[in-house]
Amino acid sequence: MTDLPNQRSKPAPTWSSDEFKGRLARRHRKEAGLKFLGLAAIMLAFLMLGILLWTLISGGAQAFRQTHVTLDVPVSAEMVDAADPAGGNYRGVIAEAMQATFPEAPQERMRALSGIVSNAAQFVLRDRIVEDPSLIGQTIQIRVPVSDVYDQLKKGNVDELSDESTRRLSDADIAAFRQLEAEGRITLPFNWALFTQADSRFPELAGLKGAIIGSAYALLVCFLISFPLGIGAAIYLEEFAPKTRFSDIIEVNINNLAAVPSVVFGLLGLAVFLNWFGMQRSAPFVGGLVLALMTLPTIIIATRAALKAVPPSIREAALGVGASKQQVVFGHVLPLAMPGILTGTIIGLAQALGETAPLLLIGMNAFVTSAPSTPFDASTALPTQIFIWADSPERGFVARTSAAILVLLGFLVLMNALAIYLRSKFERRW
Amino acid sequence: MYDTTRTETAVSQQDIKISASNVQVFYGDKQAIKDVNVGILDKTVTAFIGPSGCGKSTFLRCINRMNDTIDSARIQGEIRLDGQDIYDRRVDPVQLRARVGMVFQKPNPFPKSIYDNVAYGPRIHGLARNKADLDGIVEAALRGAALWNEVKDRLAEPGTGLSGGQQQRLCIARAVATSPEVLLMDEPCSALDPIATSQVEELIDQLRERYSVVIVTHSMQQAARVSQKTAFFHLGNLVEYGDTDDIFTRPQDSRTEAYISGRIG
Repeated sequence: MTDLPNQRSKPAPTWSSDEFKGRLARRHRKEAGLKFLGLAAIMLAFLMLGILLWTLISGGAQAFRQTHVTLDVPVSAEMVDAADPAGGNYRGVIAEAMQATFPEAPQERMRALSGIVSNAAQFVLRDRIVEDPSLIGQTIQIRVPVSDVYDQLKKGNVDELSDESTRRLSDADIAAFRQLEAEGRITLPFNWALFTQADSRFPELAGLKGAIIGSAYALLVCFLISFPLGIGAAIYLEEFAPKTRFSDIIEVNINNLAAVPSVVFGLLGLAVFLNWFGMQRSAPFVGGLVLALMTLPTIIIATRAALKAVPPSIREAALGVGASKQQVVFGHVLPLAMPGILTGTIIGLAQALGETAPLLLIGMNAFVTSAPSTPFDASTALPTQIFIWADSPERGFVARTSAAILVLLGFLVLMNALAIYLRSKFERRW
Repeated sequence: MYDTTRTETAVSQQDIKISASNVQVFYGDKQAIKDVNVGILDKTVTAFIGPSGCGKSTFLRCINRMNDTIDSARIQGEIRLDGQDIYDRRVDPVQLRARVGMVFQKPNPFPKSIYDNVAYGPRIHGLARNKADLDGIVEAALRGAALWNEVKDRLAEPGTGLSGGQQQRLCIARAVATSPEVLLMDEPCSALDPIATSQVEELIDQLRERYSVVIVTHSMQQAARVSQKTAFFHLGNLVEYGDTDDIFTRPQDSRTEAYISGRIG
């Protein structure tokens, strides 16, 4: 190799010169600064996450327990006819039970005292008696939820020292509750109703069962539609479609669809599925269709990326022994792309699970007090249930909103864990 | 359909397996191969040598129509295998590739078991009538690739778990399992260490007894060791084609001489 003339005239760089050392120090400083900034960003993100979780948990923890009162209920034959146990006057029975619990209370206090017990008590009692009519005429013990204000009192959310006129419970009400507590009738067990009951006007009775089942149905429909369609579209576009202007336009449009605000998909669902096809309003099936439209671009993009990432050497190997294009794609490329496809799909579904706006537009924020038994029954979904509860004024719904968010987050974490598991299970080296 | 349609040229020159005439290949507007005419002999190892980008791999991939998978690639002229134009519309590339096997630069076994790697070709082409038949084909192919003794006790293990040289011999076994007539090898040893290379070279020498082998190589020593015929490509042209001994000792063209003496490349 011949040296260039001007290189020969320049002095050789001295690695120990001050200028060089200064430059080196500057470079190190820059790197340290960058590291610090990155670390600070991560710390900030963790701090925010921590604050979010702390707010949710501290606000929602109370909703996972519900104050109950244990009552001795005299089921008299006058109130409940043994021939027709379902039609008994259980409201009266509960009132009699309260009367028995507070024997010295004056008659005008009875109405207020009955308010300690939740409205649902009569139904709990009715179900017990219908199940076992031989209980009529006996005094039985039942454990029922207390109404929301007393639940709040038990959980320490009522300031007993404040002026009596500014709170919903009078001093006498509080005294009556304390008396029950002293008698050991008040308990604070895990709030199973949160998972076994659907929505209710009364916070102490409201649960997420309807929303969870509604969300599950919607996600199932969404998956059944968007997964095969998305993979099919991606395989065609990536492996078979000729690279023309037309396929370029399709590609750009799919990428743009992924960025369309979800509320627009809701409007589309409202216009097409509800108004045009006349499908059932508020049904998880329609919700699933709308979410599928939203998830499709995500799955297509993830699948195409996964297909692209399969090394060309595998395609060549299969083609080289005489496999047809279809055999190459389904026998070799698709299995290798599966981890990426599944991860993308689950992330798309997780996104769909948390989506609220499109479901609001097709009426999945209706007040529905029973869980849907098919995907075609009116129902809420988890995010819309959170939306409804967040709008409710009762104190008990505040904590339940946080609890519902925690449940939703729990499902999201589960789905992401599933994605990681599937990824590692299907991952193969080549 | 191939064996019955031997043309006059093929009859007159019995041992020409593949004949290319006026082959030109374009990638988009760029011409990669310019007017190549060559006759490749049966039961012979033919080496394609030349500097990077000279078109030797491109030409190799024309012989089993692997270039079909590249959208921008266009080919003119004709390549005949046993007298049959392989770019004829009636020729199915899928069937052609069963007759013209290929081994690639980087060992690329499927992420499946050793057995399934070899059995893949026979399976998709329906060459085995039953399991015992298939077992026989797999064993013969692995023996043919000089790999049988090393893997006979672990056929169920993944092919990707083998060493580089073993993987490449597995790929050769996979290619010979469909009983091809021609074996194309695109720099089969460039990713292998010297010991594995010598094993593969030995194997190539044995394969010559049954197949027409075409090997693209960057190593002139390798070309000299394994081939009987050598073709030198330069800038898309087939500069010189002849007996390996002649090419390396008495090159006719100045470009060939420059290349083998290390002055271009």
